[in-house]
Amino acid sequence: METLGALAILVAFCLAIYSVVASVVGALTRRPYLTVSGQRAVYGIFALLTVASGILVYALMTSDFRFAYVAARSNKAMPAVYKFAAWWGGQEGSLLLWSWLLSLYSAIVLATNRRKFRDMMPWVTAILMFTQVFFLTLNTFIEPPFQMLAVGRGITAVQDGQGLNPLLQYWTMAIHPPTLYLGYVGFVVPFAFAMASLITKQPGDAWIATTRRWSLITWGFQSMGILLGAGWAYAVLGWGGYWGWDPVENASLLPWLTATAFLHSVLMQEKKGMMKVWNMVLVSSTFFLCIFGTFLTRSGIVSSVHAFAQSSLGGWFLGFLGIIITLTVILILRRLDYLRSETHLESVLSRESSFLFNNLILLASTFAVLWGTMFPVLTEWALDEKITVGAPFFNKVNVPIGLFLLLLTGVGPLIAWRRSSWESLKRAFYWPAIMFAVAVAVSLAMGSRHFYASMSFGLCAFVTTTIMMEFFKGSRAIAGKSDMNLLRAAIELTHRNTRRYGGYMVHMGVVIMFIGFSGAAFNKDTTREVVVGDRFTMGGYEFHVDKITDGDNPNYTWQRAEVGVYKDGKFLQELKPERRVYLVSEQPTSEVSIRRRLNEDVYLNFAGMSQTEENKAIIQAYIFPLVTWIWLGFAVLMFGTMVCLIPSKAKFSYPRTELVGVYAEEKSLAK
Amino acid sequence: MKTYVKFGIVMVGIIGTLVWLAASGINESKTYYKTVSELRTDSSQIGKRVRVTGDVVPGSIRREGTLVHFRIVEKEHNLFLNVTYTGKDPLPDTFRDNAQAMADGQLTAQGTFHASSIAAKCPSKYEADPNKHPSEVPLNGAKPAAI
Repeated sequence: METLGALAILVAFCLAIYSVVASVVGALTRRPYLTVSGQRAVYGIFALLTVASGILVYALMTSDFRFAYVAARSNKAMPAVYKFAAWWGGQEGSLLLWSWLLSLYSAIVLATNRRKFRDMMPWVTAILMFTQVFFLTLNTFIEPPFQMLAVGRGITAVQDGQGLNPLLQYWTMAIHPPTLYLGYVGFVVPFAFAMASLITKQPGDAWIATTRRWSLITWGFQSMGILLGAGWAYAVLGWGGYWGWDPVENASLLPWLTATAFLHSVLMQEKKGMMKVWNMVLVSSTFFLCIFGTFLTRSGIVSSVHAFAQSSLGGWFLGFLGIIITLTVILILRRLDYLRSETHLESVLSRESSFLFNNLILLASTFAVLWGTMFPVLTEWALDEKITVGAPFFNKVNVPIGLFLLLLTGVGPLIAWRRSSWESLKRAFYWPAIMFAVAVAVSLAMGSRHFYASMSFGLCAFVTTTIMMEFFKGSRAIAGKSDMNLLRAAIELTHRNTRRYGGYMVHMGVVIMFIGFSGAAFNKDTTREVVVGDRFTMGGYEFHVDKITDGDNPNYTWQRAEVGVYKDGKFLQELKPERRVYLVSEQPTSEVSIRRRLNEDVYLNFAGMSQTEENKAIIQAYIFPLVTWIWLGFAVLMFGTMVCLIPSKAKFSYPRTELVGVYAEEKSLAK
Repeated sequence: MKTYVKFGIVMVGIIGTLVWLAASGINESKTYYKTVSELRTDSSQIGKRVRVTGDVVPGSIRREGTLVHFRIVEKEHNLFLNVTYTGKDPLPDTFRDNAQAMADGQLTAQGTFHASSIAAKCPSKYEADPNKHPSEVPLNGAKPAAI
């Protein structure tokens, strides 16, 4: 079986090379049978990799410890869901997942588009399969997943595996890595279409129209992956809260930032025929950053608390990046003529310029994050001394950037295309500005002495008002014309232009998330050694450390503190932070216990029993205000993204002649 | 053309501000990587923000109130450094005997290192040595030789 798996990967590797060659040669010499055979090979690769992945998963699920991978990442006591998740629990498996997802995406792209763009598709296939060749090279030669344990000449199994790293045994492990990968891998598709349209000199913006959904779906997956990661890091101790500017986290953020910039600037190309070169640059950089992110997390070049894999893969990734960057740059430069803008910027006060600022600022953020992440590498290379920068650097740059972006989120939709006068701006921003002032005043009155937090609350009110006004204006117009109540009219309005109003919902989600981020300015914490049966207070809460219990199961032993949480003498909830020691790996982990509420989370950690004094438990208590809003805002963001994906109601389904209306009116008057 | 000039001015303004923020951010939070031996021999390091890495000496972790004391060792030169953790964040679960610990903080004149944050990696069990091919890394310490 293991031979079959390895063989499947090897054959897939050969097929991928064939597909690249057949597509390119077929396209250059105009031999359709070659290009078609190249496309068929893609389906073959998908089938083969599905077999290979299936074998690995089967080995994991049945605890076949003859496999080195299974023995290193799984054990008998693990729940089934983690056995399955061990597929991406290690280097070899997760690279196989990359390849498999890429082949899945490629197969879908070809199945849905093969009849549409006959001249472009061979090149799309070639680019997708070139990437596939790279990852299959890693699967075949560098990190083969099907290595067996052997004694002498015979394959043997070990008694039990080492198990998945206990820190990874958390429910998010089952979905966070695959979603993030779906987002990372997915951007190869818009990139492939963009490059293919450059190669074949497609007229117009066909590639943008076809890849619009792809970009949005993959962006959605990226967002989801990042947020799931944040939620996980929040609940795991020592990972620096939901966001710690750790290199691995940054690696996932970088392509998301450029992808966000791309989603916005693409509108400029669709509506105005501007920024064509820029869009090419953005879509390519997003893809490069996806690969770069994989490289950062796999090579161990910068140190991270999440460092789960270290390997000699670095050189391969750099080589691949070098090749694709060079080819892309050459291609864009040679096609500059064809990418010329159709219109020019007319005024600084215009929607066009708000898009430009949005892009500028997102790119600045990307650059700052990249710079900060690579700082130790850069300084070691330039100054021969390794220097690192921490969270204060990232916050100092990115907090103002975030607030400025928030401001643009509010300004953009209300400002006119081409040019806007100060007068019209005053009218449009009258209410939002008032709400801004009110929110700032309220936050000051509530005792906030934190400049950025107050500004953030103010801007959140500002943007919310602008979004509400947009929905209100549109729905009122529809409600007036067609006798609907305002809520139905709002749904109708959204349905007529799902991208625009879905986009507003995404913005609303971002606003809600910013409220959550701002809460970080008011965190509180304390560490106490408490005699069991005693109590302590913090932030208006009283904590009664009632008792310590313990027990075990086949996977781990645990010790648990049972802490009653009271406020104003009233019992609220029993929190049970826990310490576990996993039997196979002998590694201790902490399971924090969180009381999640809209206003603030109470977060307890049981750090163990005191070593110096008897019967004293060390309890760490934290209060994180507004964190729940981040997860709520994310739900709104995902909902908005899905709304964007629903096709708009076709415009022609509405009668548009005014004359008919006049006739009907006369008739009704006559009655 | 006038529009582009205006636009350019705004852009330069924004980028300038960001560069200024970035520069001051770097100055505030830059941390030098030092080895235990560098800290032991060079007294000019006292009071600077540095990051030092070493293995946690087994049995040396001792809690005292909210402080945590432990020793790290630089194996190559067999040099020890006493560390006191004064930070607020809970210590990571991976921080334990033999773990590779990375401490950010300052060296005091008494020779103790005051760490404000600690990151730790598990003892090498989970991590393959980057310079070795995966198949050469012993599994459970006793992987049989390959065919």
